[in-house]
Amino acid sequence: MSETTEPRKPARKKVELDPKLARYKGVWVFVEHERGQVHPVSWELMGEGRKLADKLGVELAGVVMGAPGEDTRTFCHQAMHHGADLCYLIADEVLRDYRNEPFTKGMTDLVNTWQPEILLIGATTLGRDLAGSVATTLKTGLTADCTELAIDMENRSLAATRPTFGGSLLCTIVTLNYRPQMATVRPRVMAMPKRDESRTGRIVEHPLGMIETAIITKVLEYIPDNLQGKPQLAFADIIVSGGRGMKKQENFQRIWDLAKVLGAEVGATRPIVQAGWVEADRQVGQSGKTVRPKLYIAAGISGAIQHRVGMEDSDVIIAINSDPNAPIFDFATYGIVGNAMVIVPALTDAFRQHLSTSRMAG
Amino acid sequence: MAEKFDAIVVGAGPSGNAAAYTLAKSGLKVLQIERGEYPGSKNVQGAILYSDALERIIPDFREDAPLERHIVEQQMWILDDESYVGSTYRSAEFNKPPYNRYTIIRAQFDKWFSKKVQDAGALLICETTVSNLLLDKNRVIGIQTDREGGAIYADIVILADGVNSLLAKKAGFHPELNAGDVALAVKEIHFLPQNLVEERFNIDDEEGVVIEMVGKITQGMMGTGFLYTNKESVTIGVGCMLSDFKQQKTTPYMLLEQMKAHPAIKPLLAGSEMKEYTAHLIPEGGYKAIPKIFGDGWMMVGDAAMFVNAVHREGSNLAMTSGRLAAETVIELAKQGREMTEANLSLYREKLDDSFILKDLKKYKDLPGILHKNPQFFTTYPELVNRAAHSMLTVDGIDKKTKELEIRRSFLKKRSLFGLIGDAFKMWRAFE
Amino acid sequence: MHIVVCIKQVPDSAQIRVHPVTNTIMRQGVPAIVNPYDLYSLEEALRLKDRYGGRVTVLSMGPPQAETALRKAISFGADEAILVTDRAFAGSDTLATSYALASAIRQIEKDIPVDLVFAGKQTIDGDTAQVGPGIAKRLDMRLLTYISKIRELDALHGTITVERRAEGGVQVLKTKLPCLVTVLEGTNEMRFATMNNMFRAARYPLKVWNKESAGIEDLTKIGLKGSPTIVSKVFAPSPKAVKAEIIDTESNQPKDLVVTLLAKLFTKKPDLAHDIAKNAP
Ligand SMILES: Cc1cc2nc3c(=O)[nH]c(=O)nc-3n(C[C@H](O)[C@H](O)[C@H](O)COP(=O)(O)OP(=O)(O)OC[C@H]3O[C@@H](n4cnc5c(N)ncnc54)[C@H](O)[C@@H]3O)c2cc1C
Ligand SMILES: Cc1cc2nc3c(=O)[nH]c(=O)nc-3n(C[C@H](O)[C@H](O)[C@H](O)COP(=O)(O)OP(=O)(O)OC[C@H]3O[C@@H](n4cnc5c(N)ncnc54)[C@H](O)[C@@H]3O)c2cc1C
Ligand SMILES: Nc1ncnc2c1ncn2[C@@H]1O[C@H](COP(=O)(O)O)[C@@H](O)[C@H]1O
Repeated sequence: MSETTEPRKPARKKVELDPKLARYKGVWVFVEHERGQVHPVSWELMGEGRKLADKLGVELAGVVMGAPGEDTRTFCHQAMHHGADLCYLIADEVLRDYRNEPFTKGMTDLVNTWQPEILLIGATTLGRDLAGSVATTLKTGLTADCTELAIDMENRSLAATRPTFGGSLLCTIVTLNYRPQMATVRPRVMAMPKRDESRTGRIVEHPLGMIETAIITKVLEYIPDNLQGKPQLAFADIIVSGGRGMKKQENFQRIWDLAKVLGAEVGATRPIVQAGWVEADRQVGQSGKTVRPKLYIAAGISGAIQHRVGMEDSDVIIAINSDPNAPIFDFATYGIVGNAMVIVPALTDAFRQHLSTSRMAG
Repeated sequence: MAEKFDAIVVGAGPSGNAAAYTLAKSGLKVLQIERGEYPGSKNVQGAILYSDALERIIPDFREDAPLERHIVEQQMWILDDESYVGSTYRSAEFNKPPYNRYTIIRAQFDKWFSKKVQDAGALLICETTVSNLLLDKNRVIGIQTDREGGAIYADIVILADGVNSLLAKKAGFHPELNAGDVALAVKEIHFLPQNLVEERFNIDDEEGVVIEMVGKITQGMMGTGFLYTNKESVTIGVGCMLSDFKQQKTTPYMLLEQMKAHPAIKPLLAGSEMKEYTAHLIPEGGYKAIPKIFGDGWMMVGDAAMFVNAVHREGSNLAMTSGRLAAETVIELAKQGREMTEANLSLYREKLDDSFILKDLKKYKDLPGILHKNPQFFTTYPELVNRAAHSMLTVDGIDKKTKELEIRRSFLKKRSLFGLIGDAFKMWRAFE
Repeated sequence: MHIVVCIKQVPDSAQIRVHPVTNTIMRQGVPAIVNPYDLYSLEEALRLKDRYGGRVTVLSMGPPQAETALRKAISFGADEAILVTDRAFAGSDTLATSYALASAIRQIEKDIPVDLVFAGKQTIDGDTAQVGPGIAKRLDMRLLTYISKIRELDALHGTITVERRAEGGVQVLKTKLPCLVTVLEGTNEMRFATMNNMFRAARYPLKVWNKESAGIEDLTKIGLKGSPTIVSKVFAPSPKAVKAEIIDTESNQPKDLVVTLLAKLFTKKPDLAHDIAKNAP
């Protein structure tokens, strides 16, 4: 997107689309997978894509690229379970691991052949690497990190809304005279759609047309995180987060204690990460992870906009803050005005008690 | 490889910039070192800029300096907890260019000034702290910075490093600062849309207002508050003697919060958004607190030398003027091929004696002591004055004569007639 | 080894405020800084130079004030700095920016071939992470994003081996130069400039290029014209209508507060009790 935040042209004006571009039809979602697992962001996008496709009255397609075999076919079917009408599949041995060159080629070839009007990609490390390359190769616009997608029916264009200037403002971006219109969306920003196993659709296979010797980049090794016990914040059901209100690193132990009782992940604000109390992987917010747990407990966190954008879509937010005017109370579900040093241990006890009685009860 | 300069100026505040500019303009090879990220990044001032001092350095400064508003009105408020008695001076004279006083925002002003200094040919290095003076016996021969390979040499080092000059202390030129000689001031800049600023203070585009305040806002401590209008913001602050803060166990922050809640001040800030909060020391010891200000190979200018006129809230003009005078001293000596020895540098002292700097500071030399020993100036009197005004202005069936009598009685109750006369005399003597 | 590092000057977004009345960004007085992510790239490039020799050229496109960012890079130890500045670039989005920067890099190459280009992971104002990949594609270079470690650089054979952050792990990749690398935050810590480099930076005669010297051939590819994306609306996030329900009990004892809280929580979200039981160790 452009860095000018002042609207440049009134987008309300109807724009006549170049007839060549008018041929571009349909909404696509890139299905990202790694090590036999589809990244949930792809299904979240599929849910969003479905709405856009219905609004436009066009088909929704998944795009799967990977090594030949059962897995990739399964992913195509799963795409349909999550809302796709059809799935484009490029199955080739050279696509076993993600590498920029073959994936960019595969995706641009598909786009040039089948001409979708919208292409959505998860804003993961893989997705951003791919999206930037594909958009530049196709010479089209790409809007990063969107939080809302809509269709401006007048121009049949994608209106992509994203935070700007650290979340203090939002801007809506359109790509009028270029196709496809591309956007990336972060994990956990959009809701996960309901799965419908009865949905089916067609699979359109496409050749990659690239051989291993033509690919310069080689994958030597893959070191999975789960073997290293890395935190998996983005997928946790429950997160207990602490902020600067915890005052000292020793006090942060209280956050860990509560998390342990709940089997939760521990999160933190940026100052905590910068102070080195917890690993960078635990930062929630604009420059950290976006999370959407069922329960988010925020202790000693002010609720600055940069933190808020990463967690406000949690189902339930419990905020503990000694300042009754802390911004976090503006959007939390429940608030306790009090000293986190005391309240957090009390919560730990209460949850422990609750668990032991409910266990006894059955 | 160590470099050698004609002069090194430590600090890029008004005093350092004035010195470096004047030196560079004369063709000397000047290095200026500033510890902030950029000049003005950490500097604090109310801030009123007095044109005269700058005009003597950069005559056409009005053409491009970032000036907020020129002052057309000065108010003086004496506050108690609920009310204030005030005087206002507004004059059409103030609206005729060239203007005499402006509000400025230091971060922008210092940057602008620094650009002029660099354009004049001085080399500026920021984000670098001068950690020590390099001495050859008693003579300063250069500086050491906090960076690798940080030794740099010069014929003269001008210390423009502001109040509480650590360098001077380290080199043994200064004793530890006396808490009774410095004020601690806090200030906030509050954003307000331009039209609101102009509406609330009854001013036009580019016109500005100054409100000086004394009274209960400082809770008996020696100090004053102030409020200035900028283009799109209002500056508000308060300062008291550091020693008083220590004694009263209150914080400047709390003081400012209470001040902002004062019924006369609150509506002026309503709906504004705080943009900046800063705290800074002001050297207010006056004439008697001035330390040794030059020696072999070094000179001291601005706040570092205690050149602040607390009574009139002047500092930057003394800073700029002393910076200029120090530079002119160096230029003269250099021209004559004379060394920068203590004896030769006494020319700087002569120039200061001749200027308004030392003349003014001498005039008020007793004031800090008097005010400090007489807290009633900041507590009892404002309260009484306000009560008197209240009584006179309340129409309640009591005749004015009775009211007058009561007011006089209440003054006398708080302080004997003798005390009142004594106070008046003390003030008169201090200002004389 | 010739490395080009792309850096951008950005407003320090920590200090950006939105005008309470007009809802526009108040840039006045907001200090400009080097995009923090670019510093990781610059430091990594400087370390390669320390290890393998060669030179580092920093490149920035932006207004004349961006000079400060480039001088800063020189103070850290970069050899050359080029500022590409021209009114014609105003309003460029990432596609147009990558075109301009790629074109400038081609100009740089005319003097000395470029082996590596470094870009930041993303900027803190645009926040897109698109310009780096864009430059790589335009220059037909291999692209290595989110690099957490450069394991090896084989100058003789022109290969590089890196660790790249993937979603669920770390990929170890080997590829051929020339390539474009973006560096993950926290990979290194920027050095403290020496006094000599501070002097060099203060005196450095910056190279300033306009669109011609940057080799821009096609004017329709830069600025507003060359930018497919259009900002159609800027607005402040709407405040959430419902504020938190503040738990209040007579006694204000922590114990009472949390018991009341749990009761409310499980009444509102009965499923949660189940989820917690399932999660709990
Ligand atoms: C470009 C940019 C990106 C950023 N990205 C992120 C990001 O991804 N994530 C992030 O978190 N931040 C981010 N920030 C920083 C963000 O702006 C805030 O500074 C940060 O979220 C504040 O953290 P905090 O709530 O822990 O600290 P504070 O804002 O200092 O709040 C501490 C809170 O604790 C309360 N408190 C104090 N004592 C107690 C006590 N005893 N008991 C209970 N409460 C107490 C206080 O009332 C206060 O509300 C970013 C900033 C910028 C500029
Ligand atoms: C709240 C407040 C309100 C004021 N209001 C007014 C007013 O309205 N009008 C007025 O005229 N005056 C006012 N003053 C006083 C005025 O601000 C000062 O007198 C003036 O700034 C002094 O200038 P200076 O150059 O001596 O010092 P400073 O402005 O303090 O500059 C010193 C510089 O030296 C740098 N430095 C310090 N140590 C080192 C080191 N070791 N190495 C490198 N660099 C170093 C600092 O970073 C700084 O930039 C006010 C002061 C305060 C605090
Ligand atoms: N105007 C620019 N000048 C130089 N480099 C830039 C510019 N814009 C972006 N970059 C580089 O591209 C990276 C990603 O930027 P962005 O896509 O805006 O998040 C930055 O970290 C810089 O390294």
